Amino acid sequence: MPVLTISSARKAFGKVLALDGASFELHQGELLALLGPNGAGKTTLIRAITGRVRLDGGEVRVFDRVVHGGQTPRELGIVPQEVAIYPLMTARENLRAFGSLHGLTGQQLTDQVEWALRRTGLTDRSAEPIKQFSGGMRRRLNIACGILHRPRIVLLDEPTVGVDPQSRDHIYDVLGELRADGISLLLTTHHLEEAEARCSRTVIIDHGKVIASGTLAELVDRTVGRHRLVTLRTDAPLAQGALPATIEIDQVDPRVLRARLSDVALELPELLSRLHGAGRAVEDVDVRGPSLQAVFIHLTGRELRE
Amino acid sequence: MRTLLRIGWVNLRRDRVGQALTFLLPIIFFSIFASVFGGQGESRTPSIRVAIVDEDRSELSRRMIAALQKEAGLRVRLTGDDDPAPTSVPLDRSAGERLVREGTVPVTVVIPAGLGAAFGQTGFGGGPALTVFADPSDPIAPNMISGLLQKATMTAAPDLMMEGGIKQFESHAGTLTPEQRAAVDAWLPRLKPGGAGGSNGVAPSMGVTVNVVDVMRSDDRRGSLVSFYAAGVGVMFLLFSMVGAAGGVLLEEVESGTLERLLCTNLGMSGILLGKWLFMVTVGIAQLTVMFLWGDLVFGLPLFSHLPGFFVMTIVTAAAGAALALALATLAKSRAQLSGFSTILILTMSALGGSMFPRFLMTETMQKVGLLTFNAWALDGYLKVFWRNAPLWQLWPQVTVLLALTAAFLAGARLFARRWEAA
Repeated sequence: MPVLTISSARKAFGKVLALDGASFELHQGELLALLGPNGAGKTTLIRAITGRVRLDGGEVRVFDRVVHGGQTPRELGIVPQEVAIYPLMTARENLRAFGSLHGLTGQQLTDQVEWALRRTGLTDRSAEPIKQFSGGMRRRLNIACGILHRPRIVLLDEPTVGVDPQSRDHIYDVLGELRADGISLLLTTHHLEEAEARCSRTVIIDHGKVIASGTLAELVDRTVGRHRLVTLRTDAPLAQGALPATIEIDQVDPRVLRARLSDVALELPELLSRLHGAGRAVEDVDVRGPSLQAVFIHLTGRELRE
Repeated sequence: MRTLLRIGWVNLRRDRVGQALTFLLPIIFFSIFASVFGGQGESRTPSIRVAIVDEDRSELSRRMIAALQKEAGLRVRLTGDDDPAPTSVPLDRSAGERLVREGTVPVTVVIPAGLGAAFGQTGFGGGPALTVFADPSDPIAPNMISGLLQKATMTAAPDLMMEGGIKQFESHAGTLTPEQRAAVDAWLPRLKPGGAGGSNGVAPSMGVTVNVVDVMRSDDRRGSLVSFYAAGVGVMFLLFSMVGAAGGVLLEEVESGTLERLLCTNLGMSGILLGKWLFMVTVGIAQLTVMFLWGDLVFGLPLFSHLPGFFVMTIVTAAAGAALALALATLAKSRAQLSGFSTILILTMSALGGSMFPRFLMTETMQKVGLLTFNAWALDGYLKVFWRNAPLWQLWPQVTVLLALTAAFLAGARLFARRWEAA
């Protein structure tokens, strides 16, 4: 059973249609990437899930209970895109403040604060004012404040924006541990490689509608196909007629050739043999599988949105 | 250089707050101070409220009262309830003194019994002295009244003064001849007010004696004066610090995203606003207390002898100031807008409300306009506590208005804050 269900969500702000019938589900223990160009409706959708936007049509269900506008379900933990913490307070003081506001008291509050500090690797720095924290540490504390009350679903709005690769890895390690605890995670990001590598499933939204959803393999099959893009560089240019029309010669550097191969093991040796026969030495070969980036561009186009 | 000028011009043209602070604020202040000091086309001297106790009930006292009533710069009252109807009870000495002590009028003139008779006998200013009960918080009114009393005496009763003079002359130099008597009798009616002749050239020594009495009988005038300025400056800076705090606790939270996070917890918007307001009220009370304590320690402000009244006024003032700041912060779209708008509003209210220049020295119109401001009610309350030593119950008008303002500002803040709730 899904822990979160969005059904035909519609929302307009004046003449701007932010959500136009978006629907998808989040399952137990899943890390779901919600992708889309700027202005696609991701933030409105996240705010609708938290009850901060009243839908004009459709509904949001959390554990099969309808979310009403103005009421945030207690099962939800929210990690906003902004580092929403008090900079003059220490990490521990921030966590105790947000814990209290979530209804935690006494020993339970103390235990949860320690748990969140441990989970995000901030125990040693918990007594320092936030203004001394690096960007990565602030992001981790931002997450700690969102998971403090042990929510069963965590919504993360671009949790890794502006942090270095080490901090990013650490943040995904934390998210992995939460998944292992059975917590379901919905994440928005513009880092498609991250979504590809870390998320179990992807939902792509554009113009307020869900235009694709599934695992990477499913999305690839439905969009760009499973071809591999092979790029070769030879020691000297080749004449256009010397190769089949399916092989593209780079306009800028005619020594660079590109081919889309559906069976690399079978077709690549044949291509190399043909180049060798034409008297060209191959200096470099790059084989790339279909990426989420390719799927995303295929679905949403290359035009700028803003 | 041209590029820099162009950048500066474009930025100023698009910065509405900057334009308001540069051009609008000086005009507002110029207009306020021109109105306060220039009288807005009224008499250059502000109209002074004066109560008159007529213990003499003589021809002279009636004429003096009539002369004072004709003065454009005075508003004369003869009864306790400001009712000009002839059925009202005339003021007696103690009621007149009470009117000054309560701040209803800045001066009360007592025309003592026997003045008219003595005047008729001597004509040269002898007889009992007039008493002027004065509130020293208004240093202008007693001096002005003393001068006007001399003028009223001179212009109201030159014939009586002449009669007295002739009697004095006769007692020392012998009775006038029938011809001299006939000439005096023919001339005296011309000296009456409205008579054919004038009264120019009367010697200044022929006036009445005036005793000014400080009814506040303050043991520590300097300390009381310091308390007035402590309240004036304190209330103005309370507003500035409250607006700064409201911007900090609310708009900064909007910008940083913590408000969104708070709204996703058990707190509703009403709970958040109430919590912010309570915090700001506490800070405001602490701020005013520290300021008055400093006044007590360094300038001899009599804080500890007025503690109950001080705390009543401080609590309601801080409550209303914090609520006003919260309403402004929820109305503003950004911290820059809040800062610009509130600077104009606070300085304007402070100028009109008496934080910069005492309201009782303003024209009557400006005093009434001042009552539209938050500062005026707060300062009136502090004035009652520290200057008039008023009992707590007498603070009810100020407390009621400030509490009503608090409720109105909080309701406004709640209404404006709806924009941050679920869309």
